[in-house]
Amino acid sequence: MLSFTPYENPTYFVILGIALIPLVIGLLYGKRSHLYETLVSLAFLLLTFGGPKWSTQGVALVVYIIFEMLLTWGYSVYRKRGQNKGYIFYFAVILAILPLTIVKVTPAVDGGNNSLIGFLGISYLTFRAVQTIMEIRDGTIKNFSLKIFIPFMLFFPTISSGPIDRYRRFEGDFTTVPDQDKYLKMLGKGLHYIFLGFLYKFLLAYFFGTILMPKLAHTAMIHRGGFLDLSWSVLGYMYCYSADLFFDFAGYSLFAVGISYFMGIETPMNFNRPWQSKNIKDFWNRWHITLSFWFRDFIFMRLVFWFMKHKTFKKPTTTSNVVYFINMGIMGFWHGVTWFYITYGLFHAAALIINDAWLRYKKKHQDSIPHNKFTEYFAIFFTANVVCFSFLIFSGFLNTLWFTK
Amino acid sequence: MDTKETVLSILSDLTGSDLSNNMDENLFDDGLLDSMGSVQLLLQIQSEMGISVPVSEFVRSEWDTPNKIIAKVDSMK
Repeated sequence: MLSFTPYENPTYFVILGIALIPLVIGLLYGKRSHLYETLVSLAFLLLTFGGPKWSTQGVALVVYIIFEMLLTWGYSVYRKRGQNKGYIFYFAVILAILPLTIVKVTPAVDGGNNSLIGFLGISYLTFRAVQTIMEIRDGTIKNFSLKIFIPFMLFFPTISSGPIDRYRRFEGDFTTVPDQDKYLKMLGKGLHYIFLGFLYKFLLAYFFGTILMPKLAHTAMIHRGGFLDLSWSVLGYMYCYSADLFFDFAGYSLFAVGISYFMGIETPMNFNRPWQSKNIKDFWNRWHITLSFWFRDFIFMRLVFWFMKHKTFKKPTTTSNVVYFINMGIMGFWHGVTWFYITYGLFHAAALIINDAWLRYKKKHQDSIPHNKFTEYFAIFFTANVVCFSFLIFSGFLNTLWFTK
Repeated sequence: MDTKETVLSILSDLTGSDLSNNMDENLFDDGLLDSMGSVQLLLQIQSEMGISVPVSEFVRSEWDTPNKIIAKVDSMK
């Protein structure tokens, strides 16, 4: 049986293109067929998780979905009865992230073996499930429906790596049809995104990741022995890895958003010129946006709210600094339980704290600190380099450099 | 005090700027507010006006200028 990793090869795009034709024609005439959408989704889920991957991935996905479905549905029934106990809410959230936690911790405690319950995209599905539970608690999702939740969770263009949509936003698009003018514009944009994605993923990421990076890795390994085993090749690797990471992931995200647009769903963008960020905070508003905003809205703001309401810390700056560490620490941990992912998270927490302190200092001393075109370009250059350094940590290459023979 | 005065006084405490002449200024683009400031804003609205706003109600694009904040608060009264 045919089996694909989403957006990896031309055949996938051809099959996808053909499957979408009836859907596009329908939307152009103002009709949305949930039946056809379900069939297409099922077909593509089978292509991704079925066949040879059924026993290692497919079964895990099915069990996971049933589990999260029962959990969110159960919690929504509980809330509809007017009940709102804190411990029930925390329990529901803990249950919702339990499968993901097991998947992330297993390799670290079981000698690198992967957990049996894992499948491609489990973390992205968990983000969607957790935010749904949180919004049900807040009462912003009032009429929870499995008819929305299931297509939301299993929306196949974004299933493997996001972007992470929001329940209410998805519901709005999924239950309506864009008018013809708007839909035509979405088709144009979608097509543009997909072709830009080809350029990013199949040309640029291929060049940086597949052609250049192994060479740099090789020379860097040969030139070990100096201070911290560093060499110019390590620096080259840092920039090359960063370019590969960006073009590969931004390319994938462009495909996911482009295909969503074809289906009349305005999945949010994941990148907005991150290399033009003027500071690290600005960077997180531009890089992997849907993840960073998810962390902002469901971890950072909620924890700050909780700490400030309970007056845990005297000063607001202490609160935000502590929460930066928790927030970015969890983000690092989420990437995987290795020293380099967790260090990456903590490094960004430190960078955000220093940046905040600098912004406060700058505000106080506005008159004595120069501000001109040069300082603006310098800020962009400096930010990009801090980010690339963090990606060198993230890449795990330092682990190879320092700890392998 | 009416909503406008209260909101402006909370904002002036938080941002250190008097915004009464910049009612449509985007507070996030200018760096006057961030996530931290947003939470402080919600908590102040709660303690001074008795209106509780859950964090998931806070969508940046609906809260990004003094005028929008005032309208939001009025709609939740």
